[in-house]
Amino acid sequence: MTDYNYAYLDEQTKRMIRRALLKGIAIPGYQVPFASREMPMPYGWGTGGIQVSASVLMPSDTLKVIDQGADDTTNAVSIRKFFEQTAQVKTTEATTKATVIQTRHRIPEQPLSEGQILVYQVPIPEPLRFLEPRETETRKMHSLEEYGLMHVKLYEDIAQHGHIATAYDYPVRVEGRYVMDPSPIPKFDNPKLSMAAIQLFGAGREQRIYALPPYTEVISLDFDDHPFEASKADHCCDLCGASTSYLDEVIIDDDGGRMFVCSDTDYCQTRRAQGHVGRLGVPQEKVLASGAKP
Amino acid sequence: MYVAVKGGEKAIENAHAWLAEERRGAPEVAELTVAQIREQMALAVDRVMAEGSLYDPDLAALAIKQARGDLIEAIFLIRAYRTTLPRFGHSTPVDTGAMAVDRRVSATFKDVPGGQVLGPTFDYTHRLLDFKLAADGEVPEAPKAPAAEGDVPHITEFLNKEGLIQTEPPGNDETPPDLTREPLELPADRTLRMQALVRADEGFTLGMAYSTQRGYGRNHAFVGELRIGTVAVEVDIPELGFAVEIGEVRLTECETVNQFLGSGSTPPQFTRGYGLIFGMCERKAISVALVERALRSKELGEERTGSPAQDEEFVLYHCDNIQATGFLEHIKLPHYVDFQSESELVRRLREEFVAAQEAETAANDPDQPMPVPETAGE
Repeated sequence: MTDYNYAYLDEQTKRMIRRALLKGIAIPGYQVPFASREMPMPYGWGTGGIQVSASVLMPSDTLKVIDQGADDTTNAVSIRKFFEQTAQVKTTEATTKATVIQTRHRIPEQPLSEGQILVYQVPIPEPLRFLEPRETETRKMHSLEEYGLMHVKLYEDIAQHGHIATAYDYPVRVEGRYVMDPSPIPKFDNPKLSMAAIQLFGAGREQRIYALPPYTEVISLDFDDHPFEASKADHCCDLCGASTSYLDEVIIDDDGGRMFVCSDTDYCQTRRAQGHVGRLGVPQEKVLASGAKP
Repeated sequence: MYVAVKGGEKAIENAHAWLAEERRGAPEVAELTVAQIREQMALAVDRVMAEGSLYDPDLAALAIKQARGDLIEAIFLIRAYRTTLPRFGHSTPVDTGAMAVDRRVSATFKDVPGGQVLGPTFDYTHRLLDFKLAADGEVPEAPKAPAAEGDVPHITEFLNKEGLIQTEPPGNDETPPDLTREPLELPADRTLRMQALVRADEGFTLGMAYSTQRGYGRNHAFVGELRIGTVAVEVDIPELGFAVEIGEVRLTECETVNQFLGSGSTPPQFTRGYGLIFGMCERKAISVALVERALRSKELGEERTGSPAQDEEFVLYHCDNIQATGFLEHIKLPHYVDFQSESELVRRLREEFVAAQEAETAANDPDQPMPVPETAGE
């Protein structure tokens, strides 16, 4: 891929994106419009996150790409390959070894540290979008800090269902100012949004970038009498036995039998390598001995 | 023993190999060349150039071949290529009055200076399948006539001489914004709206335009003039101090004469809509003119009825087929994390609902023993 610039985007475009990123970092939670480019993969496949990654990657970086928490989902594989070819970066599946992690729909279980960058792919950056479809209106609402509509929506959920009926894409308030969409991560991940790493959010189709600097206060919206609760399936991982990780439900037979496994594949693999075994798991030595790929 | 599913990489490779084989089709059938597509699927090529925002018939033909004839996919290939090209500058406005016209019709005047030229149109063909085409390799030949001399004046200008049609505000010297280099921000001015409509999906634009004809933001359009032909593209070279012709492009231009306006202070006047598209894209050019005109309703002080075609935000945010198809199709990507969180919530709400109902039944029927609550699902 020598016909293209380093990390695919031309330097002027990267500069434009970096400016948007700096502005986003300076105003946490504020959606910065940017001139999103047409990428060689479709909108909806993470073009925002890819443009952000392309703008921050350096040859010395180590990149990890996850989709639904897993390194081996097809689109994660495809994006990782794209950057291996265009940016010649090292790639890894180990959360601790990555300097840049691009993610769709999850925050890794392993807490991130200073010096790491987490890049989110964002479909709809506007937390107020489904309350008010017009961008001209929602931008006004943000500038006036007019978030009453959101609170009414959450209240109506409680009145109707007894709970806030949002399980992912759960809105947060950043440093007491902007209401922000954390991208469609499960609300289980929301408490991790205050972290040591830099978090960058890219929405390609909607042409918006926003960011959370390290240690930013990020509060999930709630009410005193209905406090926010980070929920997950009430099980342990059937492979590694973890009781505190977010779980995927896998249907294993025709009778609706199922198992629960960590959605974060690196976390699960690391635990199994350490000797943890879940209900349906097999100790690592046996797996390796039998020749099956772990 | 359960082993987590791996092998995304292999699956992708195999999918690509299969796709390549399918694209080629049966190997005993001769392969289609790019030149054949460019020459014999010319209207598909034109659509790909128009919505891909790149005037290059060979690349458009290649994209159509690679996309197996899926034009939106071909447009996507062209867009993704175009975005990597440097932008050197912009041309001077093309002079469509000096167009070498292949086709020029007016629906508002029976005859006009410069004459009407039907050109290579489907308009009066009878749509009967021509089975001969399936068999022979005949090279049809059309009778020839000498090209008309001189410029072809715009018909709307004749109306303008009488003041019968609204005069456009003069353009300023500012470089128009580039939709492909700056984020779309609203309100958009006319140049930006036109750019968006020109690369908008043909079907979407057609539907929007049709809706205005059926009363959703009606603006009584007549096709004042529709012309298709070749124009010279000139670029100002600062070192030379004058413009130099760098090539020719084929364009379709549509000017509509729309419903008149007038008030106590201004005499009644017709208004205009405008569409200018790469290649031969007549349906698209007329559609753009109608939608463009509908989007001017605010500027022209018309009564706005909340019709979609008059709603700039609605039209501009939804007209791009690459954005639309990407977001629409992305829902086939894995969403199991979101789905898992949602299904947990629904299970919990259902459990509470069942428990509440049972409690109510028990309370209303004191003779019945307290039922054992069923656990919903797992």
